[in-house]
Amino acid sequence: MPKKVSKNPKDRAFEALSAFFAAMVLTLGLLLLLVLLYESLPALRKFGAGFIVSQAWNPVEKEFGALSFIYGTVITSFLAILLAVPLSVGAAIFINDFAPQWLKKPVSLLAELLAAIPSVIYGLWGIFVLVPMLRSAFMKPMAKYFGWWIPLFKGPVYGPSVLAASVLLSIMIVPFILSVSREVLATVPVRQKEAVLAIGGTRWEMIRIVVGQHCIPGIFGATVLGLGRALGETMAVTMVIGNRPDIFYSLFHQGYSMAAVIANEFAEAADLQLSSLILIGLLLFILTFLVNLAAKWILSNLVKNTSLRN
Amino acid sequence: MNNVFEIRDLSGWFGDNQVLKNIHMDIAQYTVTSVMGPSGCGKSTFIRCLNRMHDMTPGFRTTGEILFDGVNINSEAIDPVTLRRKVGMVFQQPNPFPRMSVFENVAVGLRLNGKNWSRNGLAEVVEKSLGMAALWEEVKDKLDSPGVSLSGGQQQRLCIARALAVEPEVLLMDEPCSALDPVSTAKIEELIEVLREKYTIVVVTHNMQQAARISNNVAFFLLGELIEMDKSGKIFTNPSDKRTEEYITGRFG
Repeated sequence: MPKKVSKNPKDRAFEALSAFFAAMVLTLGLLLLLVLLYESLPALRKFGAGFIVSQAWNPVEKEFGALSFIYGTVITSFLAILLAVPLSVGAAIFINDFAPQWLKKPVSLLAELLAAIPSVIYGLWGIFVLVPMLRSAFMKPMAKYFGWWIPLFKGPVYGPSVLAASVLLSIMIVPFILSVSREVLATVPVRQKEAVLAIGGTRWEMIRIVVGQHCIPGIFGATVLGLGRALGETMAVTMVIGNRPDIFYSLFHQGYSMAAVIANEFAEAADLQLSSLILIGLLLFILTFLVNLAAKWILSNLVKNTSLRN
Repeated sequence: MNNVFEIRDLSGWFGDNQVLKNIHMDIAQYTVTSVMGPSGCGKSTFIRCLNRMHDMTPGFRTTGEILFDGVNINSEAIDPVTLRRKVGMVFQQPNPFPRMSVFENVAVGLRLNGKNWSRNGLAEVVEKSLGMAALWEEVKDKLDSPGVSLSGGQQQRLCIARALAVEPEVLLMDEPCSALDPVSTAKIEELIEVLREKYTIVVVTHNMQQAARISNNVAFFLLGELIEMDKSGKIFTNPSDKRTEEYITGRFG
């Protein structure tokens, strides 16, 4: 937009005010980063880059490292994405292409309402419903029959675990991936769908082709958006992950995540432990920032592509 | 001459709004039939009934019969997927698939419905189809470039090749030239001239000169009614109905 300075004093005052608010937002973000950096300096000085690859977490010996937390965060988020993407995309396709008109609104509304539930409620539901259910119906039999030869399903089975956290996370990110996927599917021009039908494609082939032709970048962007949320989710994960800093192969093992360790230990930490927690916070900040940046970039590319192409 | 389509008392509604009114029409094999009329007269709606493209439109319904090779296409026995392989369609806007090459755009229909083709078999059909669509000479050296990199007129002939590749009996064309320049339009018209030897063609157009140039028969639609259908020469020189005459002489529409 061309910049024009208005002569009207009210206009100019309004312009200054909105510029001030815009600057505030940027300043807040910047200050947040600076405070994180400043407070994490002691830990950074002591451990340096080794902090990221160290598995130690020993407040008595004052040895700290972030690896098991980074591992837990990345594994649970990745698994959550793995579970949530097929579910969300499938539901989006159903709402967009199969659901009768009267069902479309309620289903998508309900699915999107899932996003409004506070995460501590998800956590409670996880503790009282999801974990016991997973434990008796899935984890125990899997550990019994497959655990002895597939490390992924190795016991012992406690209940709170990486698997429980991943499943809970996946439910929490479904609404985000679903609503973006639905918008992406809705951008497909009708004439492209008709093109598939007109050469004798079935409905399934129509969906397969138009999704392949038009929706892959958008669904990928939606996925990364969901990933960004999963990485930072704190409360619900803390409540069901088991809170044990460790590196492991089994899905049934208790784990820990970056956000969870900060939430659990922050109140009682001091000195180097506090600084280490803040350093973990800084790392999480950078991780989610990069993921969201990637998502934005992919989504904006999609918009460019669809406006140029058929 | 065989009738490919025999349309009996066809009416169509979008919700409560009747857009086709008691249409009777016979379409003979290896003829070009133009469906002509002012905007909103139901001509596009009409030809989209012939390959059941309306199945996807919520709230659209028809009564009456459309016999294709003697069988009512709206009966339970007819699978719309099979029907559409026999009754191909070309749309107003060229609609090649944006992430497919020229080759893939033609081959895509062959690979549908779980059919497996050898690379050579595919290449043969692709060349033949592009040849019939009068596009082979222009694209034979760029079969791997994206279909959307072609010009608008070439894209439309690509879509015709895509429709021909699955070997239909009938080709429905819904204003195939309205998005094209005069040179591309002329090419499509020449193409229709050739294709009529092997296919039965139904073209929607609101260009009267075009209808006169390409068709054996012309059907004139007005407000959802088939006003008259006759030999192209008769319609444009001596129409039976006053409304047809008014339309072709430019007094309305």
